[in-house]
Amino acid sequence: MEVSNTILQIISSFIEADLRVAAPILIAAIGLLYMEKAGVVNIGAEGTMLIGALAGSIGAYLFQNPWMGALVAALAGGLVGVMFAYLVVTVKANQIVAGIAINILALGGTTTVNRIFFGLNASSSDIPSFTKVAIPLLSEIPVIGSLFNQLGLAYLAILMVPFTYYLMKKTTIGLSIRSVGEHPESADTAGINVFRIRYGTIIIGSMIIGVAGAYLSVGLLSFFSENMVSGRGYIALASVIFGKWNAFGVLGATLLFGFGDALQIRMQAIGSAIPYQFLLMLPYLLTVAAWSGFVGKAVAPKASGKPYFKG
Amino acid sequence: MSINILEMKNITKTFPGGVIANKNINLKLRKGEVHTLLGENGAGKSTIMNILSGLYSPDSGNILINEKPVSLNSPKDAIKYGIGMVYQHFQLIPELSVVENVILGIKQRREPFLDIKGSADRILEYSNKYNMGIDPCAMVWQLSVGQQQWVEIIKALYRGARILVLDEPTAVLIPQEIDQLFNMIRQFTAADFSVIFISHKINEVKEISDRITILRKGQKVNTVETSEVSKPELAEMMVGREVLFKAYKKKAVPGVPALVLDKIEADNSKGLQALKIVSLAVKKGEILGIAGVDGNGQSELVEVIMGLRKSTSGSVKVMDKDVTNAHPREILDCSVGHIPEDRRVSGLMLEMNLRENLILHDYHTVPHSKFLLNWKFIKEHAEKLIEDYDIRTPNSDVLAGKLSGGNQQKLILARELHGNPDILVAMHATRGLDVGAIEYVHKNIIAQRDAGAAILYVSTEIDELLNISDRIAVIHSGEIMGIVNPDNVTIKELGLMMAGSKKDTLL
Repeated sequence: MEVSNTILQIISSFIEADLRVAAPILIAAIGLLYMEKAGVVNIGAEGTMLIGALAGSIGAYLFQNPWMGALVAALAGGLVGVMFAYLVVTVKANQIVAGIAINILALGGTTTVNRIFFGLNASSSDIPSFTKVAIPLLSEIPVIGSLFNQLGLAYLAILMVPFTYYLMKKTTIGLSIRSVGEHPESADTAGINVFRIRYGTIIIGSMIIGVAGAYLSVGLLSFFSENMVSGRGYIALASVIFGKWNAFGVLGATLLFGFGDALQIRMQAIGSAIPYQFLLMLPYLLTVAAWSGFVGKAVAPKASGKPYFKG
Repeated sequence: MSINILEMKNITKTFPGGVIANKNINLKLRKGEVHTLLGENGAGKSTIMNILSGLYSPDSGNILINEKPVSLNSPKDAIKYGIGMVYQHFQLIPELSVVENVILGIKQRREPFLDIKGSADRILEYSNKYNMGIDPCAMVWQLSVGQQQWVEIIKALYRGARILVLDEPTAVLIPQEIDQLFNMIRQFTAADFSVIFISHKINEVKEISDRITILRKGQKVNTVETSEVSKPELAEMMVGREVLFKAYKKKAVPGVPALVLDKIEADNSKGLQALKIVSLAVKKGEILGIAGVDGNGQSELVEVIMGLRKSTSGSVKVMDKDVTNAHPREILDCSVGHIPEDRRVSGLMLEMNLRENLILHDYHTVPHSKFLLNWKFIKEHAEKLIEDYDIRTPNSDVLAGKLSGGNQQKLILARELHGNPDILVAMHATRGLDVGAIEYVHKNIIAQRDAGAAILYVSTEIDELLNISDRIAVIHSGEIMGIVNPDNVTIKELGLMMAGSKKDTLL
């Protein structure tokens, strides 16, 4: 009885940890999904998240409210989005190069601003962060109840999955986005403004990615640390591919990555014989698998990564 | 008489760089008529169409709809005034369903939600009315090319088009589908719709139009009543000189089989079977035409012969040498020439100059190179070929991508034919070319035949195949339906075979 209780507890905390570490990746991946569906590949999600993380901690600090932090993060993400959209839609720069530029800019920029704003030895003391919200009844279910005891943002992340799915599938705006991603010339002749759709999805998506950054700095932790995103932006991009550009698929993919991460934390905790450095690699190995076409091909939007030249 | 539903007055359009695409074009479209724009490639037909669709705005001139001046600044405007476009390169999105394609960009009843069910019902109504047989829920990639054309038409009608503009609609259709299209067009005009029919095929134009406007080099030559003009007159107006309708060719003197395919099978890029037990033998001194609707295994057939695609079984022999699944260079070295299906994709390096394009096969051999490239020789060689093959270019420094379609094809002919190959595999060699350039290509290919080459000639144009081939093999779904003699086969028989009937079953 004692033993089985412990096992249940481990499973329960494992499930909780999975969703907790998966949520920021899920939020970023959903943000990416919007622009990916419109044919934009944004490798700059990593940098956008980092900027969102810093903006989130600044916002939360200034307004002494984590939700204001998330809002400021969204605005900062949106600004990065405007810049990225200008580069890849208006100037038609190479999307990968523009994305890398954003990542480098974000890495240096956030470090500098962080040191100016919080000083060299930042501590978490004065930044309010999100707290867990237990959903009544549901959170009391044994084992899986831990799923319903999460940060408020995590629930939002989950709700965005069906929302995004139905938006893409059942609404005119979703159809317009998909058509722009598949065949912008046709969309144009059907009277759809390709530039507006791409600008719109990039900006909205980048705002969501910014919020994903805030989840890290005012959710999981309550301060900003340099390069704290540490690859989650890339993992989010991989999740979109792994999830075959489908919102529910993306949910599954991020849970799988979260699983890898949660697993390595648990295994370290129980003192597994495997060196922890190897365990740390797990989520990234999954990412490499996703990138290298492990999931099959030919499902990406046709116009993915290609700028649209009118006329 | 009947009113002009559309009038274009003194339309002039100049492109950056000073190319005049349209000069003082006047066009009147009556209600309920089929009005053809006839002209060669580059005559300015597409420019007019793009002006009507709102993609280009003219430098000067007016457009009147129902005798009121309008300005068409975007595709939306065109739709608003009831102009429906059916483009030559379909504007459908293969990954979306028929319904999604049709309602794309249209305001829905319950915005922002899509009304899939209601729209599907309306599409089905059109489909039944015009006998199209379209399933609204099918994905577009599942449809045949002909059905995709019908979807394009439904798309225009659904948007309330009263004027349909059809850009070379028959280019992708088999004869039976062309008849079906013409029946639809007659139904449209009977219901007082107007049709602008863009084409360069004089036979069809004669059959379907009420009036014809002939364009040449961006200018209007004339507008005539179809009943008052003969085919040769039309051709002369279109080209500006008399054209020979039949390519002049002597009777073939076939020799020994030079290219022999024995029970070839192969898969397409999606891993599905594309060729089923194809056996063919092309003899020296003959042209074997391959007829069929695009996408029935022709590309795979040519790729297997040229070593660009692995066959899963069977053998390919070139002059008795087994070259099944050999390296492409090994096959080219067996004196095989190849005119690839798309000159801009696999025929030429558009970003390289003419000199470089002309030595793509030979660059590694003496005298083109002895470790280092011998540019002096290459330049002289290029200049000679440019003259021999009448390639219109200022010099050999020009990038291949800057040449016109006809000159690009001459460039490929020069590269492939100057060594007088024993075997020539040509696919869509005249696609998108004007009458003059087609004549040139045919003349050169027939000359190769007369010099003893074995020629496999793949085309989707039946008239062309009847004209140039000594025998015609019809391919459908990767299978040879039969081999016929062009002198005693009817277009109807060819059409039935292209649609999947075996030759034996026709008798």
